[in-house]
Amino acid sequence: MSIMGTRVVRVEDPRLLTTGAVYTEDLRDPRLTGALHLTFVRAPMAHARILSIQTADALAFPGVVAVLTAADLGMEPMPPAMPMFTQTMTTSLLATDTVRFVGDAVAVVVTETAYQGQDAADHVHVEYDHLPALIDLREAASDAVLLYPQAGTNTVFAMGPAELDPELFAGCEVVVTQEIVNQRVAAAPLEGRAAAATIEDGRLIMWVSTQAAQDAKGAICRWLGIEPETLRVITPDVGGGFGAKIGADPDHAVVGAVARHLGRPVRWTETRSENMVAMTHGRGQLNTVTIGGKRDGTVLAYRLEILQDAGAQPRIGAVLPALTTLMAPAVYAFPKVEVKARSVVTTTTPTAAYRGAGRPEATHAIERGLDLFAAEIGMDPGEVRRTNLLPAFTEPHTTATGAVYDTGDYAVALDKALAASDYPALRAEQERRRAAGEEKLLGIGLSVYVEITGQAPASEIADVELRPDGSARVLTGTSPHGQGHATAWAMLVSEETGVPMDRITVEHGDTDLIPVGGGTFGSRSLQQGGAAVRQATRELVELARQRAADLLEANPDDIVVDTARAGVHVAGSPDAGVSFAELAAKEPLQVHTTFTSPGPTFPFGAHVAVVEVDVRTGKARLERLIAVDDAGTILNPLLAEGQRHGGYAQGVAQALIEEVRYDPEGNPETSTLATYPFLGITDVPSFEPVDMATPTPYNTLGAKGVGEAGTIGATPAVHNAVIDAVAHLGVRHIDMPTTPMRVWSALRAAEAAS
Amino acid sequence: MQVTTTVNGEARTDEVEDRLLLVHYLRDVRGLRATNVGCDTTSCGACTVLLDGESVKSCTVLAVQADGREVSTVEGLAAADGTLHPVQAAFRQEHGLQCGFCTPGMVMACVSLLKDNPRPTEHEVRDGLEGNFCRCTGYHNIVRAVLVASGQDPK
Repeated sequence: MSIMGTRVVRVEDPRLLTTGAVYTEDLRDPRLTGALHLTFVRAPMAHARILSIQTADALAFPGVVAVLTAADLGMEPMPPAMPMFTQTMTTSLLATDTVRFVGDAVAVVVTETAYQGQDAADHVHVEYDHLPALIDLREAASDAVLLYPQAGTNTVFAMGPAELDPELFAGCEVVVTQEIVNQRVAAAPLEGRAAAATIEDGRLIMWVSTQAAQDAKGAICRWLGIEPETLRVITPDVGGGFGAKIGADPDHAVVGAVARHLGRPVRWTETRSENMVAMTHGRGQLNTVTIGGKRDGTVLAYRLEILQDAGAQPRIGAVLPALTTLMAPAVYAFPKVEVKARSVVTTTTPTAAYRGAGRPEATHAIERGLDLFAAEIGMDPGEVRRTNLLPAFTEPHTTATGAVYDTGDYAVALDKALAASDYPALRAEQERRRAAGEEKLLGIGLSVYVEITGQAPASEIADVELRPDGSARVLTGTSPHGQGHATAWAMLVSEETGVPMDRITVEHGDTDLIPVGGGTFGSRSLQQGGAAVRQATRELVELARQRAADLLEANPDDIVVDTARAGVHVAGSPDAGVSFAELAAKEPLQVHTTFTSPGPTFPFGAHVAVVEVDVRTGKARLERLIAVDDAGTILNPLLAEGQRHGGYAQGVAQALIEEVRYDPEGNPETSTLATYPFLGITDVPSFEPVDMATPTPYNTLGAKGVGEAGTIGATPAVHNAVIDAVAHLGVRHIDMPTTPMRVWSALRAAEAAS
Repeated sequence: MQVTTTVNGEARTDEVEDRLLLVHYLRDVRGLRATNVGCDTTSCGACTVLLDGESVKSCTVLAVQADGREVSTVEGLAAADGTLHPVQAAFRQEHGLQCGFCTPGMVMACVSLLKDNPRPTEHEVRDGLEGNFCRCTGYHNIVRAVLVASGQDPK
């Protein structure tokens, strides 16, 4: 019986539930015996020139081995890695002359124990000369204050037309426009960043909590100016990433630099307060949407102007508007789409990927915008969407921004979501509460989305070996950190070979063992890594058939796979067979292969959110989230649903609760988990996922990505629901997060205006 | 200072720094590293252990405060033959964990919750676990796991 598509429980879990995982901080590798502890000294202000760094007091503290600065470690400013960024925005691993955000790394204290590091770090005295903070995105775009004077601009990256089309909305009966904040949020994986480093035979060995060891290696080599063969990166268990652990950060490279400088093993695990200011944040866009169309609901033109907060250093966040641009046309057949984007630096923590990374922003902008358009023409939001959806397609569809969607049937997704939620009954209940003047109002919000997954890299490797003892070993270039690849990849091998799940091990994340690999991000793992494992396994079975044919003196075409014995036999003669283990005993049975996808895939879906808003307090509570997410064929529903649930929660968090905030001087106001409103278990209900599966032809599994779907669909649905709840009171828009204060203020403002 | 504690049934006396947190005592002195540190403000619950049977956040307890007391961590939960505790088994069955970082603390919080309330409603499960954060699961399958562990059908 096939195990494909079944709810196989995870092989990872017994260990995680009993002895616990081995995260970087848990490592007791003999090569790390006697490792020193590294503590960063970070800037306490948003923008300042460094006048001096006095280390003598700190050096006098017990256990202090060294206090090191950029000068001590020979660190020089370097241009950003991405060639499309303003190259004169140079930064160094530790600040040389200027700090540009609270949390910017200035020096490191190296001690025998971790507690000693915290004691001594407070006594590294840095003399600063204050410079103006730059928090507001429009002010940053004005270049009145320059973060990198040598660049002459705060713009890191820009794309789109030089001039907006003055005729874009010609012929439209209605044009609505709205500035929409897609606020900055914290990825906040429960395990923060961590690294350990040692020198072995002249090489640097680093353990990094990362989503992509090979990327981490590339980045660290570049920052340290060392050759690839002199660095090995190993990935221990990783306690969540959500995009913020793709590759390595400069802070990781500092750990390597210190180990090389001292010639001793060093380890670093950031504290949460450090994580909240020094790990990259996500989102951070100010979007202006303009939608023009007819009163019958037909949209004729859509314009999106994106202003991205890159934070203080040009990192991945600065390029995310390219993804927002690509996905701006969304699920709709708008005749005209225009997108203009710009990323600017500010005196805040750098931004980078966070679950969805550029695509949630695209979906949010159009889905919020469509609700504004629907409100303006007095049409049901579901009807407006249906009027403009692309018809179902099975041949690739090219959008106005050049995305090539593989397969899609958006109207069915919307219909399923509306049916599963009993949308008419929800509207009736909403009307009843309004008519009765109840204090707890009902809001219903929709979103229909399409996202791009597996965009880059397009290839992934797999190496599968069947061993003489009957076991199998899989090497993968993906990098699981909660997704369950050990289970999913073992399912794929077991399905093809009959090797039992518990005899299959999956290894990842060691650059010596797996020099080439893409890691896990962008919802790429199953559709590329899984597809590679299946391809390798099938090639391996083919190899086994050839060898068995020689052994059994049969025609290879007559050799069939016999999963019951984990081997092969001659067709029609089950007794004339040989197991894979026996074949492997004669000659190693191993295949290394690369799967390359013909293109990215485009999962889609529709969400309906139901919220209750208390008009007295402004408190919005999510009551239900009904979600259709079509990620193609599902390998393991247990794992896929887990990904969806987690995504929903993070999407809900952005709509209702979470926001990274700074005061006007650039001081973070949400730098601990006591002040950052991390979504808790009482903030969400149980979710209502609805199944839909339209296979992609791009891989033999039919799989698209599912990791980010929840976040992309949920945020606009929940956000729209909150505004829908109070729309009849004159409220047109409330920015996220829709906190009680924001909702209450909007209600008071609407009341005053009426 | 000297601290004598019984951890997962094993009594021991150690010399510790006054300021050593219980979680660091468990991890670095006793070598029980399943319990994790997820924050520094007693917010996330990753470090939850049982102290004389009551759940505590071990980042906010000094090791010396555990003197003369019993500590239980997730490492001591399964039977000697490896059979998972009902809460552990339910977490696996219902996919109540992904990256595993919150899991040891979450499981101990659930054990404590079910001791106080053997058949909680979904609402009571959520109220009872308010002090434990998870970033991966959206809490959906954690709630299901607790209901299953208490012998209920989560539907």
